[in-house]
Amino acid sequence: MGNKRIGFSTLSQKYVMALAGIFLMLFLVVHLTINLLMIVGDDGELFGEAVQFMITNPFIKIMEYVLFGGFLIHILLGVILEIYNYRARPIKYAKSLKTEKSRFSKYMIHTGVIIFIFLFIHFLNFFFVKVGFVPVPEYADSPHDFFPMAVVVFQNPLYSAIYLVALVFLGFHLKHAFQSAFQSLGLNHEKYTPAIKVIGTIYSIVIAVGFALIPIYFLFFYS
Amino acid sequence: MNITLKIWRQKNANAKGRFVKYNLENVSPEMSFLEMLDFLNEQLIKKGDDPIAFDHDCREGICGACGMYINGRPHGPEKKTTTCELHLRSFEDGSTIVVEPWRSKAFPVIKDLMVDRTALDEIIRSGGYISVNAGSAPEANSIPVDKHSSDKAFDAAECIGCGACAAACKNSSAMLFVAAKVSQLALLPHGKPEAARRVQKMVKKMDDLGFGGCSNTYSCQIDCPKGIDVEFIALMNREFFKAKVCKSKAK
Ligand code: SF4
Ligand code: FES
Repeated sequence: MGNKRIGFSTLSQKYVMALAGIFLMLFLVVHLTINLLMIVGDDGELFGEAVQFMITNPFIKIMEYVLFGGFLIHILLGVILEIYNYRARPIKYAKSLKTEKSRFSKYMIHTGVIIFIFLFIHFLNFFFVKVGFVPVPEYADSPHDFFPMAVVVFQNPLYSAIYLVALVFLGFHLKHAFQSAFQSLGLNHEKYTPAIKVIGTIYSIVIAVGFALIPIYFLFFYS
Repeated sequence: MNITLKIWRQKNANAKGRFVKYNLENVSPEMSFLEMLDFLNEQLIKKGDDPIAFDHDCREGICGACGMYINGRPHGPEKKTTTCELHLRSFEDGSTIVVEPWRSKAFPVIKDLMVDRTALDEIIRSGGYISVNAGSAPEANSIPVDKHSSDKAFDAAECIGCGACAAACKNSSAMLFVAAKVSQLALLPHGKPEAARRVQKMVKKMDDLGFGGCSNTYSCQIDCPKGIDVEFIALMNREFFKAKVCKSKAK
């Protein structure tokens, strides 16, 4: 009768999905804060110090593994849920007007896949250099000398365009994600939920626009 | 007014179905959607054709028996309206109306527009009994229920079990229905002793029956004829969490 599913109830999965999502959203805030140091106009000096702190601090080192775990769980559960849900309606409607109230909810798998592909490109540009999968380019002093790498990547209009497009989709993904995480954890209250929705919208715009400033800065304002 | 109908016809659960076109002339805009189908069925019977099978009972929006997917929405285009309370005036003269059964693995088609919604009853049954004191009514003030909770419980209890939430959901998830049933009891002192077991069993049953998983699209709330609020889904999530983390395993 029922579809095969992994050993946990869909509701438990929902909880884990929400918790992993919240963790990733917090990570984005940290990531953005540090990255914005690149565009303060000191040729990456402050940014370099922040990077130095991040790669030497033992807590951050542990968190890096947790972060990977978070990504992995979030992606796996997302894909499993999508397949499971697809199979819950073997015969589709001939005519269907979608009425989702959270508009981007319908496209979470699509925006998710785009972000996943982007993540791979992003890793090729930066993270894989750090861990040694990709050789350190000659203009960088060390595997974590990210500033010159960012300059080269973002002064390439193609890369900048890829980043900007990916960030738009990230914004869409986050727009649904933020309030959805609260709902999944059971935090829905007539007094606070409208505020959560507004904060979620602001959050997704701040993250997308904030990150977008970096390629824009290097492409147009840095020489 | 004149309308064209494209209706899903399927002989039985195993037969392959298809859409059949019917033209209806001179129908009154004041006809209800079900009256219109009755009218069409009379014509089909006179011609010796098989009438269209569809579920209905009270025809006043309280039993939850009726339910079809009309022009891309469960129960049609009107807000908070069951199929039986829908009228032809909600459609334009000369328009084509597509009518399909609920589509969900958990709701197999029995015939034409009729689906088997036993799954919803099974979920309720899996919740088990509710302990209430039999005998004479207790003294009202000995079980205080504040106004807010009783109002909310009543809001949840408005669910008529039609299944439109699962039909509307892109994931075919019955969360709104299950949430309404869990919440109406969770908000009241009656049945508290069984609360933890109830929510776990009902969620498990819902999964076992092949409904999809909720991804917070909220289309259920928009298409629910009783306007059940998704806040009850959050309430169920809380109940579930409490039960899983704080209580022993459900037997
Ligand atoms: S929650 Fe609404 S749509 Fe779902 S079964 Fe109950 S009344 Fe029907
Ligand atoms: S027939 Fe009873 S609700 Fe429509």
